[in-house]
Amino acid sequence: MFAYIVRRLIYAIPILVGVNLLTFTLFFVVNSPDDMAASQLGDKYVTPEAIENWKQKNGYDKPLFLNPDAAGVAQITDTIFFDKSVRLFAFDFGRSESGRDITTDVATRMWPSLAVALPTFLVGIGVNICVALMVVMFRGTRLDRGAVFVFVALMSISYLFYIIGGQFLVAKTWRLVPISGFHTEGQVWKFLILPVLVGVVAGIGAGARWYRTLFLEEANQDYVRTARAKGCSELSILFRHILPNALIPILTGVVVLIPSLFMGSLLIESFFGIPGLGSYMLDAINSQDFAIVRSMVFIGSILYIIGLLLTDISYTWADPRVRLS
Amino acid sequence: MLSRLAAPRTRAALLLIGATLLAGCTDGPWNNPNPDSPPGLVTYQSVMTPLPPKHLDPALSYAADESLFLMQIYEPPMGYHYLKRPYELLPLGVEDFPQITYINAEGEIIDPQAEDVAYSVYELTVRADARYQPHPAFALDDRGAPRYLFKDASESRPYRQISDFPELGSRPVTANDYVYAIKRLADPFNASPMLGFMAQYIVGMEDFSARLKDVPRDGWVNLDDYRMDGLEVVDDRTFRITIKGRYPQFSYWLAMHFFSPIAPEVDRFFHNPGFLDRNLTLDWWPVGSGPFMMVKNDPNSEIVLERNPNFREDYFPTEGAPGDAEQGLLEDAGKRLPLIDRAVFRLEKEVLSLWTKFLQGYYDRSGESHGNTNRVFDQAFVVGPNGVELGAELASHGITVSPDVKPAIYYYGFNMRDPVLGGYTEERRKLRRALQIAFDTEEYLKIFYKGNGIPAQSPIPPGIPGFVEGEAGINPYVYDWVDGAPKRKSIEHAKQLLTEAGYPNGRDARTGEPLKIFIDVQSQAISSTSMNWMDRAFGRIGVQVEYRPADWNRTREKLLTGNTQIFSHGWLADYPDPENFLFLLYGPESPLICNCDGANNASYERPEYDDLFRQMRVLPAGEERDALVARMVDLYREDAVWLYGFYPKDIYLNNPWVHNNKRHGISKNTLKYVRIDDDLRERKREEWNQPVIWPLYAMSALLVALLLPGIIAYRRRLRATARQ
Repeated sequence: MFAYIVRRLIYAIPILVGVNLLTFTLFFVVNSPDDMAASQLGDKYVTPEAIENWKQKNGYDKPLFLNPDAAGVAQITDTIFFDKSVRLFAFDFGRSESGRDITTDVATRMWPSLAVALPTFLVGIGVNICVALMVVMFRGTRLDRGAVFVFVALMSISYLFYIIGGQFLVAKTWRLVPISGFHTEGQVWKFLILPVLVGVVAGIGAGARWYRTLFLEEANQDYVRTARAKGCSELSILFRHILPNALIPILTGVVVLIPSLFMGSLLIESFFGIPGLGSYMLDAINSQDFAIVRSMVFIGSILYIIGLLLTDISYTWADPRVRLS
Repeated sequence: MLSRLAAPRTRAALLLIGATLLAGCTDGPWNNPNPDSPPGLVTYQSVMTPLPPKHLDPALSYAADESLFLMQIYEPPMGYHYLKRPYELLPLGVEDFPQITYINAEGEIIDPQAEDVAYSVYELTVRADARYQPHPAFALDDRGAPRYLFKDASESRPYRQISDFPELGSRPVTANDYVYAIKRLADPFNASPMLGFMAQYIVGMEDFSARLKDVPRDGWVNLDDYRMDGLEVVDDRTFRITIKGRYPQFSYWLAMHFFSPIAPEVDRFFHNPGFLDRNLTLDWWPVGSGPFMMVKNDPNSEIVLERNPNFREDYFPTEGAPGDAEQGLLEDAGKRLPLIDRAVFRLEKEVLSLWTKFLQGYYDRSGESHGNTNRVFDQAFVVGPNGVELGAELASHGITVSPDVKPAIYYYGFNMRDPVLGGYTEERRKLRRALQIAFDTEEYLKIFYKGNGIPAQSPIPPGIPGFVEGEAGINPYVYDWVDGAPKRKSIEHAKQLLTEAGYPNGRDARTGEPLKIFIDVQSQAISSTSMNWMDRAFGRIGVQVEYRPADWNRTREKLLTGNTQIFSHGWLADYPDPENFLFLLYGPESPLICNCDGANNASYERPEYDDLFRQMRVLPAGEERDALVARMVDLYREDAVWLYGFYPKDIYLNNPWVHNNKRHGISKNTLKYVRIDDDLRERKREEWNQPVIWPLYAMSALLVALLLPGIIAYRRRLRATARQ
């Protein structure tokens, strides 16, 4: 397995280079270093000298990909792309265009993201699996058909509706929790109730429907009939027989998400005022802060690759027949 | 099932959950998003929207949202009277108004009225009682050496934020601190947005900047070691700034945060090795002598200011503008400032959250740099017999309104070099005037800005000298004065002008082609409904419109290259002088002439206007200057340079416990005047935020109702025989 992991990590390098190249190209197609300088310096009295000074200070005074004035390898290395990309591979994210240290910001902001994303993720999986198993227990009945109808209806509703509706009812009308905000002095949990609730409820439709499909496939297998014939209770059949056998597809969809939980949710964080990495990314896009966008895409790619690797490893745990080679 | 609930472990778990929830619910309203304030301190609760500040270094920042913080912490040499209008300049960080000496090219002192002024020397004397906030940068050890100077990053590692430094110090503000701050503007390493502009005026700034470009940057560079010709420290409290020629507006610039004092030891402190990696920079931790000091800077969530214990003696003004006393704005006259102890600014990105918290009493005002009432206008206001009034809910809360006409103008300008719409012939003027009349600004503002704007009759907004009210102030080419109010000329008149311009019924008389105009719009700043409205407005005179949407970067590129026909733009005053608006039409300011990011995007060039502008710029306030301003406004109207313009109006709302809410369009250092009735705030918050409990019971009942049939069915299935 060790060789497999090493091989997968080596495969990750060209993927990361490609992602970085793509991000870089896309960003600079719409945004030249001069545009970035002008947007950082403000709208008034921006002189060409000020733009040059800013570019020099922030390392944008070189050609993008190829430096024809340089000699030899420096034609490639003495460029903005090389300067900005190589440091990423050493996990040196540098500074944002406004001068803040990105590593410090990421380290600070990932905890609020996790504080919301982790409970949403865990409670969401628990609720979805329980609901799906319950519906599977009544498969073929009117309850099953009604549940599927409700799932589809829940899936069809925009995520924004859940957020705004939740804020309007729970926080504004009933005044049960704060409508938004986050601070670590005292009762953090009261800021998490609503975003977690909204995240879980918004995910029930798609999640429970998907799990129901997985469990239904297993529910018709011979081993289930055998278990029932042996006199196992329905609960035991669902949780001890069906659930473990449906784990492989569940893990495929779930484990890959675990590392990404650090990245937070753009919408939830933005609407609930959670100072996490999701809103960090959104703010960076709005303020054309390429240094942050580039770093966040890079971190996102790494976490996704780790997620895929963990998924593969988790298969061996869920099903001893699976061997990684 | 019930027997399981009765099991000791389950019971204990339920008790624990219940106790935890109840423990959290005992301390005030459940929905209170604010952490408890330190006891005994009056805290002002406000917002920063929609993004946190990017820069808090006075040399780098050039945004109103950032100025909101900087102006509470720093004291530049000059400031403004809080209440008086028109805006009145006052000494702030210095003892008195600058003493200006005029010098000719030979270096001789000459009469202020003399023609051959080559230089103006501004002499300023720092207040004797100005003192910096307590800060580790000023802390000294037993030998009088700086306490916190580190050799390498590992030595400084234990200090992650300013509060980690146990020892603090302070010292009086000196003349050299002001000089040091100006040198920081000139240091190319700082990339200050002011460098290019100020280098045109301050003697030696350009050379200083060029010399510093070559200085190695592997640590702190003491700018005191480098001389700038235009700066002189006379003694501990007196300094001189020499500027080229005569530039009376320089006094206004001295009221901006760029000229705030920076102690060299503070600059040195923030250049300690490893500090940058922990965001310990002057850009994030401003250090000043103003009424407040920053104690927390988490741009992701909140910025907290606290009263600076070393702030000099400053008192609430005893005089105001007419009507201020009647509005209770002089109730605190003579009281020592600031009137609050702390101010917390929380980041709010979404209007719904901000608005809800304001109505729940958790924010004292609806906003700082923006009123944030536009998107909730229909919830906040109703149209009554006397115009727009507060809605019933807000009125019952005792909320007060502070309307603020900003010293700003938003406009759509014509490109005066455009082959179709530009030019200075009478036909072209008539064509532009016809378009001006067709664009019904009053209706446009009513529909798209909820009436929050005043149609501009000239480039100069209210509150700025040169703005004229009443009949004398209307643009006679677009309006008539009817029944004591301006009335837009008729569409028939616009059609007549169009015919005289060679476009009868909107068609080119020579080719028969319909007249089509092109408007460059910023995609994020315009809606399809407003484009439809403009189609209809110009359609009334037979003119077709095509829109060319682009993002700001591309729009800016078009403006710089003159590749536009009609464009949208805006200007917020830096200082309350007509020069700061009339320069938007000054020929040499055209990007096509200066090859720079000039402000005259219309590329308006009229020699007479430019001559008048040059004369007006150096004249002191008075009748002669007013006459020149009036003539320039006449020329602008005659040439119909802008399609339309309006002065934006913002409405700020204040909860009933907030006092001294008069808005100051230019100055942001008004936090020290705010007074809060803390007891009333607490009472109202309790009253307005009683939780509605029944939904919790209803949801529990619903959950049981959903689960119970399932449980019953499940148990029935378990008990069923195979046949069943």
